[in-house]
Amino acid sequence: MDKLTIAGRTFDSRLLIGTGKFSSPRVMAEALAASGSQIVTVALRRVDIDNPADDTLREIDRDRYLLLPNTSGARDADEAVRLARLARAATGIDWVKLEVTPDPYYLLPCPVETLKAAEILVKEGFVVLPYINADPILAKRLQDVGTATVMPLGSPIGSNQGLKTRVALEIIIEQSVVPVVVDAGLGLPSHVAEAMEIGADAVLVNTAIATANDPIGMASAFKLAVEAGRKAYEAGPRAPQHKAEASSPLTGFLRES
Amino acid sequence: MNQQVTIDNQQTIGSILASQRFDVDRSIWSERLHEATSHDVEVALASRPGSYSQAKLLALLSPAAEEYLEQMAVLSRELTIQRFGRAMRLYAPVYLSSYCVNRCQYCGFNHDNTFARVRLSVEEAVAEAECLAAEGYRDILLVSSEDRAFITVDYLAELASRLKDKFSYISIEIFQLSAAEYKQLFDAGIHGVALYQETYDREVYARYHLGGPKANYDRRIGAFDDMGRAGMRDLGLGVLLGLADWRIDALAMAEHASHLMRRYWQSRVSFSFPRLRPACGVPASEFPHLLSDTNLVQMMLALRLCFADSGLVLSTREPARLRDQFMKLGITRISAGSRTSPGGYTDPEKIGQFDVNDSRTPGEVVAAIKKCGLDPVWKDWDNVLW
Repeated sequence: MDKLTIAGRTFDSRLLIGTGKFSSPRVMAEALAASGSQIVTVALRRVDIDNPADDTLREIDRDRYLLLPNTSGARDADEAVRLARLARAATGIDWVKLEVTPDPYYLLPCPVETLKAAEILVKEGFVVLPYINADPILAKRLQDVGTATVMPLGSPIGSNQGLKTRVALEIIIEQSVVPVVVDAGLGLPSHVAEAMEIGADAVLVNTAIATANDPIGMASAFKLAVEAGRKAYEAGPRAPQHKAEASSPLTGFLRES
Repeated sequence: MNQQVTIDNQQTIGSILASQRFDVDRSIWSERLHEATSHDVEVALASRPGSYSQAKLLALLSPAAEEYLEQMAVLSRELTIQRFGRAMRLYAPVYLSSYCVNRCQYCGFNHDNTFARVRLSVEEAVAEAECLAAEGYRDILLVSSEDRAFITVDYLAELASRLKDKFSYISIEIFQLSAAEYKQLFDAGIHGVALYQETYDREVYARYHLGGPKANYDRRIGAFDDMGRAGMRDLGLGVLLGLADWRIDALAMAEHASHLMRRYWQSRVSFSFPRLRPACGVPASEFPHLLSDTNLVQMMLALRLCFADSGLVLSTREPARLRDQFMKLGITRISAGSRTSPGGYTDPEKIGQFDVNDSRTPGEVVAAIKKCGLDPVWKDWDNVLW
C-alpha cells in the first residue's frame, strides 16, 4: 500500500479515527491502537486542550498519533476560527479539522461558513482539513483557498448508512488535487472498502467503532478493510459490466494467423 | 404544498396548539389514545427510528404500547448509543433565590408559603459554584424562582462572567424573560434555557397557577420563540408530570418541539421529566394524575423514538434505584449531588424546592454511570465559544 501524504507529511495508515462516543478513554486508546491509525481527531469542546492530564488527551500518545483538533459544535465561521486558535495556542498544533455544523440534529456542514472559515485559517497558517457535504464545486473552492484536504461525507454523520453520496464522491475524487478523505456515515468495513476502491485517499471513522459491541475488534476490522480497499484500487479494478465477457473470447480465432 | 408551508410559518405555537385542541377540551385526544391498537404500535415501531410524526408518537404513548415497552427500550437504547455514544453528560444546579412572586400550588417556593427564604449575592453564588467545580463539574445550571427584583439580567451576566474560568457551559432555569433579555444573556455566555410549560391544558394551568406573572398561559407559551430568536443553543422543554394527563401533555410538548425545531433550526431541543414529588406544603395526594414508574418510562422511550437527537434530561427528583435504570434507556444528561436550595452546597441544612431522591455524591453517581458501560462526560462545550 502506498503512503498517504497530507500537507507534506506522510502516513502509513489511511484510516483516521474520531474519539467521541467511546465507553471510556481506555477503550478508546485500545481501539486506536488496533486501528493502526496515525491521525486521531479530538473535539475541542469535549477536552481541556491545555491540560495534558485530561482523561482523553492523556490516552493519545503524541509520538504515535497526529492529534487533529476539530471544531465540532461551531455554528459559524467565527466560532470555528476561535476554536482553532485556542487549539493552536494551547498545543502548538496548527492542523485543524474544520467542522461548521449549524444544524444540531443531522450535524450537516454549512458550505458558506466552512469556506469563510477555511479562508481565514489558511491565511493564518493552519493546515485545514474541512468537513463538507459531497459537493464537488465546494471541494474545488476549498482547494482554491488552500485547504490541505477535502473531507466529504458518505452519509449523515453517525448514521452508518455508507456511501449514499457515491455519485458526487466520484466526481470529487476525479477532480481533486488534494487528498479526499471520506468522513461520516461509514458504518461498516465494507463501506470503507468501497470508498477506498473508488479512489478515496483515506477515510475517517468514529461512531461505527466506538459504538460496536467490541470496539477493538471493530477497529481492527476497519483497518483491514481500508487496506483491502486501497490495494484493490491500486491493483486497478475493472468497472462492472452489464453483459458477460468471456476471458477467452469466442471469436479470437478470427484474428489468429 | 408551498402555500401550506407559508401558512405554517405564520402560525404561532399558541394557534397550533389551539387548532389541534391541545389547550382546551382535550377529550378528543383521550379518545384517540385509547383507540390506538397494537397494530398502530407495531407500525410506529417499524418506522424510521428517531423520526417524528404525531400518529407515531400517539401510538407509542397509548395504553396499547404498554405491552411493547421492552421492544421500545431496546430501540431507544440502540438509537441513543448511535446518536450520543456511550456517554452521559453531568451537570449540577445552583439555586440563586427562593423568593417568588408566583403562587404555583405544587411548588415549595410558592409566594404564599412561609419559610426562611434566601437570596444569594453574586459573591455567594460564585462560592456555591466553586463547590461544584471542586467536584469536577463544568456544566452548571443556574436556577431561580421569580425574583426579578433581585435576580436581574445584569446579575446573571455578571455571574456568568465570574464563572467563565471554571465552567465550560452555563444554562438557566429561571422565570420567563423577554427576547432582548435572552439575547443579552446569550451574549454573556448563557447558552441554554430550560423553562417548563408545566401543562398545556389551559384549565389545569389556571387551577394550579393562582397568581404572579407565571399565571399567564399565553405569555408563557411564547417563551421558547423568544429564546430561539435570541439564538439560544439548547431549548429545554418539560411538563410537570402529575398535573394533567401525561400522554396528552407529551403529545402537545412534541408539537411544540417540532415547531421550534423547524423554525429555530440551529437550536437543539431537549426534554426533561420532572415528576411531581412531595415538597414543602405540597401533599402528593391532591394530584390526580400522578405517574407510575411504568408511565414515566413509556414517555421517555416514546419521545426518544420520535426525537433521535434530543437530549433527555433527568434530575435528582427520581430515586437512585430508578435513575440507574433510566440511564440505560435513553437519558443523556443527568444531575448528581444536587442541592435544591440557595446556598445548599455551602450550607446543606437549607430548605429546598423539592425533595432530592437521589442523595448520592457525584462520585457515587459517576461509579453508577461507569457500571452502565457509559463514559461520564463533565465537559461538552468550551468557554471560548461564549
